[in-house]
Amino acid sequence: MSEARHFVSEGHSAQGLVFNNRAVVFENVCLSFDEQVVLDGLSFELEHGATKVLLGVAGSGKSSILKLTLGLIRPDSGRIYVHGIEVTAMKERELFDLRRHLGMVFQESALFDSLTVGDNVAYPLREESLSDEEIERRVTEALRFVELEHTTQLFPAELSGGMRRRVAIARAIISNPEVLLYDSPSAGLDPVTSTTIIELLVKQRDVYQSSALLVTHRLQDAFLMATHRYSQEQKHMLPVPPDSDWDSKTSFLVLKDGKKYFEGDAAKLARSENQYIREYLTV
Amino acid sequence: MAFSLSEHVKSNVLAVQEYSILSLRAVRSLFSQPRYLGDMMQQMDVIGVGSLPIVLLTGFFTGAVLALQTANSLARFGALSFTGQIVSMSMVRELGPVLTSLMVAGRNSSGMASELGSMQVTEQIDAMRALGTDPIRKLVTPRLTATIFMLFFLTILSDLVGLAGGSAIAVFLLRLDLNQYWTSAWQTLRYSDVFMGLLKPVLFGFIIATVGCYYGLSARGGTQGVGRATTQAVVAASVLILAVDFFATRLLMVLLGPL
Repeated sequence: MSEARHFVSEGHSAQGLVFNNRAVVFENVCLSFDEQVVLDGLSFELEHGATKVLLGVAGSGKSSILKLTLGLIRPDSGRIYVHGIEVTAMKERELFDLRRHLGMVFQESALFDSLTVGDNVAYPLREESLSDEEIERRVTEALRFVELEHTTQLFPAELSGGMRRRVAIARAIISNPEVLLYDSPSAGLDPVTSTTIIELLVKQRDVYQSSALLVTHRLQDAFLMATHRYSQEQKHMLPVPPDSDWDSKTSFLVLKDGKKYFEGDAAKLARSENQYIREYLTV
Repeated sequence: MAFSLSEHVKSNVLAVQEYSILSLRAVRSLFSQPRYLGDMMQQMDVIGVGSLPIVLLTGFFTGAVLALQTANSLARFGALSFTGQIVSMSMVRELGPVLTSLMVAGRNSSGMASELGSMQVTEQIDAMRALGTDPIRKLVTPRLTATIFMLFFLTILSDLVGLAGGSAIAVFLLRLDLNQYWTSAWQTLRYSDVFMGLLKPVLFGFIIATVGCYYGLSARGGTQGVGRATTQAVVAASVLILAVDFFATRLLMVLLGPL
């Protein structure tokens, strides 16, 4: 958890102070593919320990936001900061170091199909040249977190869709990243498996206090994240009573035509009288 | 019409630029850490040992048919005893490197393009970048070094087996003396012939690996895109090998002197 902060303090301390409480900052970001405008002057901030759910119709640029955060694609204009470091000003070579402190779960899991589950999860640690004992211990720990410690020797093709997503989550969290990026982690899954995945996200948020950007099309999953907390005593997530002062630190960002259309918490979104929001919530 | 022509030219220039950047970064990665030696050894096994049977078969039959054809022509001038010299010169300077490279291109350029293309369309390349690994350093550089290194030795084996194929024809069909064949084949070779024959696999190995990886990493559009990338990789690598062979031969002839 402290590695990312350490990375900040090593080389980018001045900017790190300015963006002290912000894990991710987008400043007036524009992105287009050929003639199609995807993001048009988007600005938002993600605080440390908070989760922001990105909503919007297909093609509204939600997944692009995650790739921009990682520096996998570059914006046409605007600035993006992660832990106070300007990602948009970094070279590809410098970005590799930063990315080791972020975790991403891809929409289709993107597991390496020639590696076993154990090797997939261990991949980020092998890049850091840790000892075999340390790697094995942390792989077991990460797979236990997603309740798949029995699948170490299996290949991704031998797993179900839900299991692959859980392995992808284990791979993303094994290096204890401070910011997690989830690209539709529950898309295409049955409701039970989908809830299991969201429970893992809630567990990661509440147990490890990690910041996250979550892209999803499933509103029920988004509200589940905002209205539930993980109980370490009971080992599963529980609904937060309406009169509780517990803060899930989960907010929503709705995108429309490449711009920020709505930003606020679950209650504000549910109460919104805006016609587009009402349609989006009810369809 | 003019618009589409300019777009076509622009996209081709962009492709050449991207290919050049990829090749440059792959070579540059050789000189800095981290180096993926395990991946390099694995690729050497796949490319070198895996290609051995087809390279040996191709080399043997090429040498054999070369002996048959040249003997047929030489017999008209009563110069049948020169068979060994011509087979030797042709195999070492030209046919050994070119045919070995074409065989390896057919097998490995396609393999690299399909493997990396599948990784590209399933976001595994993006995942690799997201996990802090440079895909060029991890995937392209080991394939490049393994192809160049193994193609060099495969060419030597192909030359040798080609000469053996020629000697089999010379002895069993043409009734030439075995010692005479090998002596003339050996004595006709000069250092410049061997240098030319062993420089070419280095150039062709570079082409095979970089073209295969470039088309793989450029693959778009699902399984159909991977199939397209695979075909394009083999075609481009083969054409480039033959074109570079011509220019390299001419250049080396100028530099090393005429035959």
